Amino acid sequence: MHSEKQKHDFEPKIIAFVCTWCTYAGADLAGTSRMQYPANVRVLKFPCTGRIDPVFILKAFQQGADGVLVSGCHPGDCHYIAGNFHARRRFAAFRKLLEFVGVDLERLQFSWVSAAEGGKWVEVVSDLTEKVRNMGPMTEFKELALEEQWSGAINTAELKEAYNEI
Amino acid sequence: MSRIGVFICHCGENISRTVDVERVAAQVAKLPGVAFSTDYKYMCSDPGQNLLKKTIQEQKLSHIVVAACSPRMHEKTFRKAVEAAGLNPFLCEMANIREHCSWVHEDKQEATLKAIEIVGMMVERVKKNRVLPTITVPVTKRALIIGGGIAGIQAALDIADCGHEVILVEREPSIGGHMAQLSETFPTLDCSQCIMTPKMVDVINHPKIKLYSYSEIELVEGYIGNFQVTIRRKARSVIEDKCTGCGVCMEKCPVKKIPNKFDCNLGMRPAIYVPFPQAVPNTPVIDRENCIKFKTGKCGLCQKVCGPGAVDYEQEDTLIVEAVGAIVVATGFDLYNITEKPKGSPIKGYGEFGHGKIPDVIDGMTFERLASASGPTGGKILRPSDGKEPKQIVFIQCIGSRAREKGISYCSKVCCMYTAKHTMLYHHKVHDGQAYVFFMDARTPGKSYDEFWRRSIEEEEAVYIRGMVSRLYQKGDKIVVMGSDIAVGVQVEIEADMVVLATAVQPQKGAELLAQKLGISYDKYNFYSEAHAKLRPVECATAGIYLAGACQGPKDIPETVSQASAAAAKVMTLLSKDKLEREPIVARVKESTCVGCFACKKVCAYGAVEEKEIRDRQGNLIKVVAYVNPGVCGGCGTCQATCPSKSVELDGYTDEQIVAMIEAL
Ligand SMILES: Cc1cc2nc3c(=O)[nH]c(=O)nc-3n(C[C@H](O)[C@H](O)[C@H](O)COP(=O)(O)OP(=O)(O)OC[C@H]3O[C@@H](n4cnc5c(N)ncnc54)[C@H](O)[C@@H]3O)c2cc1C
Ligand code: SF4
Ligand code: SF4
Repeated sequence: MHSEKQKHDFEPKIIAFVCTWCTYAGADLAGTSRMQYPANVRVLKFPCTGRIDPVFILKAFQQGADGVLVSGCHPGDCHYIAGNFHARRRFAAFRKLLEFVGVDLERLQFSWVSAAEGGKWVEVVSDLTEKVRNMGPMTEFKELALEEQWSGAINTAELKEAYNEI
Repeated sequence: MSRIGVFICHCGENISRTVDVERVAAQVAKLPGVAFSTDYKYMCSDPGQNLLKKTIQEQKLSHIVVAACSPRMHEKTFRKAVEAAGLNPFLCEMANIREHCSWVHEDKQEATLKAIEIVGMMVERVKKNRVLPTITVPVTKRALIIGGGIAGIQAALDIADCGHEVILVEREPSIGGHMAQLSETFPTLDCSQCIMTPKMVDVINHPKIKLYSYSEIELVEGYIGNFQVTIRRKARSVIEDKCTGCGVCMEKCPVKKIPNKFDCNLGMRPAIYVPFPQAVPNTPVIDRENCIKFKTGKCGLCQKVCGPGAVDYEQEDTLIVEAVGAIVVATGFDLYNITEKPKGSPIKGYGEFGHGKIPDVIDGMTFERLASASGPTGGKILRPSDGKEPKQIVFIQCIGSRAREKGISYCSKVCCMYTAKHTMLYHHKVHDGQAYVFFMDARTPGKSYDEFWRRSIEEEEAVYIRGMVSRLYQKGDKIVVMGSDIAVGVQVEIEADMVVLATAVQPQKGAELLAQKLGISYDKYNFYSEAHAKLRPVECATAGIYLAGACQGPKDIPETVSQASAAAAKVMTLLSKDKLEREPIVARVKESTCVGCFACKKVCAYGAVEEKEIRDRQGNLIKVVAYVNPGVCGGCGTCQATCPSKSVELDGYTDEQIVAMIEAL
């Protein structure tokens, strides 16, 4: 089935923020079931989606992610009672902000994957990878990051000047 | 400067088949801070763990990354090994290169590159890991049980027999719950009183059980191992310690005609009463609403006749605080009452059945009281309206249950069986009578249950009609039951003398208020929710609180008793410890920057955030900040993501750690 692997010009970087109890376990299940999916995704584990600060998503885009996935327990299934509920409310507001800033919302996906849904994990990751691959690299934030580049040295002329101005 | 050790596992060939582990080890060795990296066939094996321990000591490693299977599999194993080598266990992280890499990719090049990135990410993370102390909290070795039905009684006896003190709180004047009201019980037809009363007596005689009857939970504070519970002892107007249970007061009370709730209002009781003769405790209570002394100030007969001087009209509610380590909630159920549509109830009314207006249309519990040897008719099946024996009786199942359009979609679980029981009891008592049952399906999946149900048809001659009833109405002294037999496809009309409705099992009224006091969750019907439907069926998600009986969902007695014993076992496990250890993944507040907005408090589902006053040396209040109680915190981190001033941090998942991971990618 996988004999002829397609080569693509562009391989997107996908960062997934997932909760330990549902989605991380679901991704483990995909592994134990030997399901196959694109290798583009890197998983960051959180206790709960409630812990995921929108700033992390910005940071991921800034760090060169082309797509970000946030995934946790289904509504009502939160291991921590209601963390995913707070996360959902927080992200609803955050999406609007991202849109305002000019990030294509298609690059950011929210989903629910339970510990039993190995197949759904594969589906979600594959779909997002495919979608982002077609969209091409995310450029907006990378430029920003470049502008911000700073060597870490504090005795440059530039910085001294900046300090004097304050 | 950190000296990180990285250990890459082959997992036999499970990892090395698709990941070039040697290349990963070589690549990772180049990362700043990594002092040592190697690969090994089986890291989790004894030799693998020894390699880890030995290397930590020889190489003086400060942080460890084990790249192997999922942390859900072996994180504990490796953290233990690391601890044995003298490092804090939380300075060890796992990189999942099996479930998340070697098993899900086939291209070796791709998988190897991904593995390098995953390990690199964990190396950056572990650099920011801090030494975390194990958190221990003391355990108060006493249990509180709320509700004294068969569930609460069973749990109380089990825990007390194990040697722990038990506080049992029952809202009604006597323990016993619904089981005390039943006549005979399926599937064996033993008399309910005969198997129940001895257990009730065991409770009152048990040296380790403190019973607060006629009492309610006022307030619950604290957390697992350390709850403080305030109990309201309602004024009974009779001093329990003085009363001998002689019953003279009840005989002499001039008020005689108060419908007795215990008898489903079929029997009458005085104003000073015990709900039934076998009540435990056998101490009467004055129903102040109906007592002449309380209404007009006159009478006072009971006090005059009471030998030991136990009657006390001045008694007031008292509040008592008890410290316990665990709580079992066993508040049971109520039957849906079709006469009223309780406010906020999901069920839409059943006006078409005329219950309440037609006196001989009764519910299943009322039938139990009629059939009970100790009931108001002495066990004779007689019509409430005229005391005649009904010769044609119709039972209708699924009233309110499995009726999505009426608002309840679940099955009440006990009605099929108790209706079969009712047809038997009826046939035993009214030999020339005929019982009809309208039903949707027969659900009889318990041990010996289907045999029992069949017996009602084959031996006791009950006629089962598959279909629903559309209308009931009174015609002379008969009740006309109009329904359809969907098996045959005909309309049926029966002129019955009495109709018994198997109404839905619902949670107790006010169940949600108790849940809110306890901080436990409940479903849309107000049944209490277990932590996991399959694997943690008797625990609440809130640590230290357990469920038993019908308060969690409809249950029969065998199931209720099993669950109660299971909950008791969980409580005993908890109380067997002097101290509780918990993962130190808890939130901490930085008091210097906290502005006291308490946004965290609002989102914390565990109620872990408290208010703490900061004072200067003179004792002047400087500010109020948040404080997270580490015993209560569940460790979800929702507060951290919510805090506008970045003043609360979840140990083990700090911003620093997460940003380090993102930056590594
Ligand atoms: C008509 C009928 C017939 C049945 N026949 C059978 C049968 O033959 N065989 C069988 O196996 N099962 C039968 N059952 C089921 C059986 O009644 C239940 O399984 C059993 O009663 C459940 O026990 P429980 O302790 O969970 O609840 P309950 O019996 O309801 O006890 C709950 C107790 O908690 C108390 N309480 C409630 N709220 C509070 C509060 N906030 N604070 C303090 N105390 C509180 C109540 O006063 C009560 O004493 C029948 C049920 C019905 C309706
Ligand atoms: S949200 Fe932050 S600032 Fe507000 S109370 Fe909590 S810790 Fe303090
Ligand atoms: S981490 Fe979760 S449980 Fe702990 S205090 Fe914060 S919100 Fe509450």
